[in-house]
Amino acid sequence: MAEVLVYVDHVDGAVRKPTLELLTLARRIGEPVAVALGAGADATAAVLAEHGAVKVLTADAPEFTEYLVVPKVDALQAAYEAVSPAAVLVPSSAEGKEIAARLAVRIGSGIITDAVDLEAGDEGPVATQSAFAASFTTKSRVSKGTPVITVKPNSAPVEAAPAAGAVEALAVTFGALATGTKVTGRTPRESTGRPELTEAAIVVSGGRGVNGAENFGIIEELADSLGAAVGASRAAVDAGWYPHTNQVGQTGKSVSPQLYIASGISGAIQHRAGMQTSKTIVAINKDSEAPIFDLVDYGVVGDLFAVVPQLTEEIKARKG
Amino acid sequence: MSLRIVVCVKYVPDATGDRQFTEDLTVNRDDVDGLLSELDEYAVEQALQISENSDDDVEITVLTVGPEDAKDALRKALSMGADKAIHVEDDDLHGTDVMGTSLVLAKAIEKAGYDLVITGMASTDGTMGVLPAILAERLGVPQATLLSEVKVEDGTVTGRRDGDTASEQLAASLPALVSVTDQSGEARYPSFKGIMAAKKKPVESWDLEDLEIEADEVGLEGSWTAVDSAAQRPARTAGTIVKDEGEGGKQLAEFLAGQKFI
Repeated sequence: MAEVLVYVDHVDGAVRKPTLELLTLARRIGEPVAVALGAGADATAAVLAEHGAVKVLTADAPEFTEYLVVPKVDALQAAYEAVSPAAVLVPSSAEGKEIAARLAVRIGSGIITDAVDLEAGDEGPVATQSAFAASFTTKSRVSKGTPVITVKPNSAPVEAAPAAGAVEALAVTFGALATGTKVTGRTPRESTGRPELTEAAIVVSGGRGVNGAENFGIIEELADSLGAAVGASRAAVDAGWYPHTNQVGQTGKSVSPQLYIASGISGAIQHRAGMQTSKTIVAINKDSEAPIFDLVDYGVVGDLFAVVPQLTEEIKARKG
Repeated sequence: MSLRIVVCVKYVPDATGDRQFTEDLTVNRDDVDGLLSELDEYAVEQALQISENSDDDVEITVLTVGPEDAKDALRKALSMGADKAIHVEDDDLHGTDVMGTSLVLAKAIEKAGYDLVITGMASTDGTMGVLPAILAERLGVPQATLLSEVKVEDGTVTGRRDGDTASEQLAASLPALVSVTDQSGEARYPSFKGIMAAKKKPVESWDLEDLEIEADEVGLEGSWTAVDSAAQRPARTAGTIVKDEGEGGKQLAEFLAGQKFI
């Protein structure tokens, strides 16, 4: 059976959920061979094996942290040459997309980004994507070279499928470009204890209607009652009420959780582009004419300062 | 010293319009107004700021690949303050994917001559966000991408990249490629004087022959990916909408419980 390379997104050996979803998709088109780089790469093997990786190729070198992106491309290319896979799958993070893109041009292959589903086809893997603010669904494939495909989080279930997961060291030679962009400083983002926005099963977002940074507390409380991530519209971010890293929309993050709760968000096209693929959509807004209500499964026309706290209380009561 | 900056911009269909696919599954550009991609305005702005903060002689060239109408995007950038423009236009470019577009841009950038290439973080139509990295790979120069702050000094570009898990400071020697996010600083509006001055600025037109690119390397034929189908998402079935009369939060909780979210 053909092998499929899966690029592993991990933090010091802790594999992030989108990679486990990739393993589910990879098994539809072949045998997953995982590529884990950097500190803790060896520690990823157990969980990757549990989810179907027949092999785990690992490499660590200071270059991976001291320079931007390119050393990881060199390593993924080394894995590609060692394996001759039927496809290369990479999580659709900002960095993942850059790694995949550079690999694709190097190996003379087409690239598909932000796939939301993947299946085997007669002419190679077929990827489902959303276009035009998710108003269209397209099916595409790579017609030249080995398909390189990046996949959005929450695109497939995480499924256990025990496999050998034998760890093998990957030999990597860094090219001249690998050391082109130096990382001269790094400030880790402080953990909020909440799930990562793009990976979360539930996202609770606030917009212009939240009317001030000090009021985002009620959005956070609702999120915490549901174990959700907090998002914000561009209006709220531009006003300085919430960090840009939490922005949902065309120029922020694209999310497709099981449940999306929009509070005080009118639903401009740019916001819709980032959340329209959410499975269930709920909105709370004073303005009954707000375009967000065209998308919702359940909407409450009302003052979020009354509705949201009541909802939070009710959730807490029900959860006991 | 002089610094040559090439800013890559894209002419995109207005996102607030009714965007559709044509029969060959390319984007229908006929029925929708186009404009300079908003995210590329940030790239033009950063080029202008680098120029304003530099003691060097800085020349800013804006470059686009696209149909005749794409000149509108160049004119907007020129009226913001760029010095000159290059328009790559060729009938054979219809349906070109990101690999083909990056090839055309790379050849045009090399022909124009450059020390620094600046792009937006993504186009507002395709929203792939991979072109800057591919372009850096093709040009063989360092990529300092997704920057929310940019500075150029003594032949080095530095900047801040805000990632999911960390905020990184980057440094690369010129020549280099930079992409900037919408956090890099509001783009200026063209002044009346800028709009008048833009009319006199040079706009060069190049075709594939000028760039020594064969027709089969680009366009739908040269595309490295194929779109097999495009279907409009079925309209969402009308949801339940209630007016809050004191119990809105409780009613919503009831709905969420029914959907097993609580």
